[in-house]
Amino acid sequence: MNNNSKKNISSQKISTAQIIHIANLAAIPITKVEEEELRLAFEQTLNTIAELQSVDISNIEPTHQVTGFENILREDKVNQENMFSQKEALKNAKETHAGYFVVPRVLTHE
Amino acid sequence: MKTIKTNKNEYQLICGIEIHAELKTDSKMFCGCKNDPFGAKEPNIYTCPVCLGMPGGLPTANKKAIEWTIKVGLALKCKINLFSKFDRKNYFYPDLPKAYQISQYDIPFCFDGVLETSYGPVKITRIHLEEDTGKLLHKVINGKKVSLIDFNRSGVPLIEIVTEPEIYSPEQAKEYGKKIRQILRYLEVADCDMDQGGMRLEANISLAKIDQENLPNYKVEVKNINSFKFAEQAISFEMIRQAKILDNDEIPVQETRGWDSNKSMTFSQRSKEDAEDYRYFPDPDLPPIRFSRENVDFIEQSLPELPANIASRWFEEYKVEERYSAQLITDIQSANLIEESFNLLINDSLTPNQLASAIVNKKIDISRENKASNIITTFKSLFQLDDVSQDEILKKINIVLSQNSDAVKKFQTGETKVLGFFIGQTARLIGKKVDANLLSTLIIQELNK
Repeated sequence: MNNNSKKNISSQKISTAQIIHIANLAAIPITKVEEEELRLAFEQTLNTIAELQSVDISNIEPTHQVTGFENILREDKVNQENMFSQKEALKNAKETHAGYFVVPRVLTHE
Repeated sequence: MKTIKTNKNEYQLICGIEIHAELKTDSKMFCGCKNDPFGAKEPNIYTCPVCLGMPGGLPTANKKAIEWTIKVGLALKCKINLFSKFDRKNYFYPDLPKAYQISQYDIPFCFDGVLETSYGPVKITRIHLEEDTGKLLHKVINGKKVSLIDFNRSGVPLIEIVTEPEIYSPEQAKEYGKKIRQILRYLEVADCDMDQGGMRLEANISLAKIDQENLPNYKVEVKNINSFKFAEQAISFEMIRQAKILDNDEIPVQETRGWDSNKSMTFSQRSKEDAEDYRYFPDPDLPPIRFSRENVDFIEQSLPELPANIASRWFEEYKVEERYSAQLITDIQSANLIEESFNLLINDSLTPNQLASAIVNKKIDISRENKASNIITTFKSLFQLDDVSQDEILKKINIVLSQNSDAVKKFQTGETKVLGFFIGQTARLIGKKVDANLLSTLIIQELNK
């Protein structure tokens, strides 16, 4: 999916801003120390992956799947046995109310 | 075409619409949980590890939901991707337990379709299939502002129909939405209950100067529109709001706005820049889907005659006006029943168009339990007049006229539209069915005495 030129990737640096952005998207708070740790870890990972860029893939279709399976579908049937009762569904919730999961308010406008 | 003129400029609306509709399969999209979020008596009673996003939950796609998506695509004259797949759309929100939504990114099931409206064709960019999220309720509990989550809706099959930015007036947007709903209901794949959120509209709205050739370099997305009237109002509101900003040589902020139906205005929800980074990638849990041309042809053959086609045929064969057929063609059974009733009026003095009008305005029962012959009997009885003597009618006319001397004066000074009022009043006083033309003649006769 990435069309960047091959050469650039191995020397690509990850910025602290990118780390903060990714952490934000995942809604995971991180400390300054973790920012730097993650930045280095990401760089290392990308540089390892970048070795793949030396392979010529110009004539190869993108791989979406490695199983080789296709059309694994199910009929439209309700599977009663697999369904949780309300009590089971809520069992691991930190907080519940009247059968609902409860989380801090997320709405910005009221 | 609808333009908006200010002191400085004239602008043209450029609008694209996204419609989400929940498919009414028996089970959910990727698990066997019951798909009935609106019928559920309690929250969180139709869930399992898959739709609660628990580790190890393995999704399997619902075959019927895929076939129905293709059916909708064919009804909207789309091309079908014979090879398709599901992708993960990653974002973080409490109604999305996996922190990604299974959707379709670059290979939707359907693309390049069109829907005709009376204002011109609307090109359909794509139709893809995804899963719905849980439902959030915002409450204050024990003095704390919280959101409550019900996952009965999590994983319900949801189709998204996206148009090109080729909708040029609020009225066209409304008609487009209504036609999509009519088709989805007619195909019996979705109930499209807008109050409950079974069908949701989003409009991407921008304005171009009337002589501008390029598309505008911004767009404002209005979400949470749960009626066609609100869609029309929200677009009209945005046209005025954006024209003011553009007149000041500024560009409206690219953002998501909501529609506040109490205040009849849109409001800013969140700025868009951060949110658009969904990091799509193919879902490794779901193998791709490949159709043969024959599979698609088979689905195409199962399509019923579509509402637009029936409406034009009814006009040609029975002279039934579109304003009635638009309301009458809601499902296959009643459309067939109505057409059967039209056929009973061949060589009759009463016309199918009168019947169509009566069904719409007088609410004749067209449910599947009724029979065509009963419909005709009910219809004809509407035209049967009671036996009322002319003396009796004249007596009642004079009572009405004596009680409404102001209106009589109005009539005599040329305000003839009060005639309708006299007819209505007299008919009510008589309490029986009398010929409105006769009433009108007699009232004029009395007024001119």
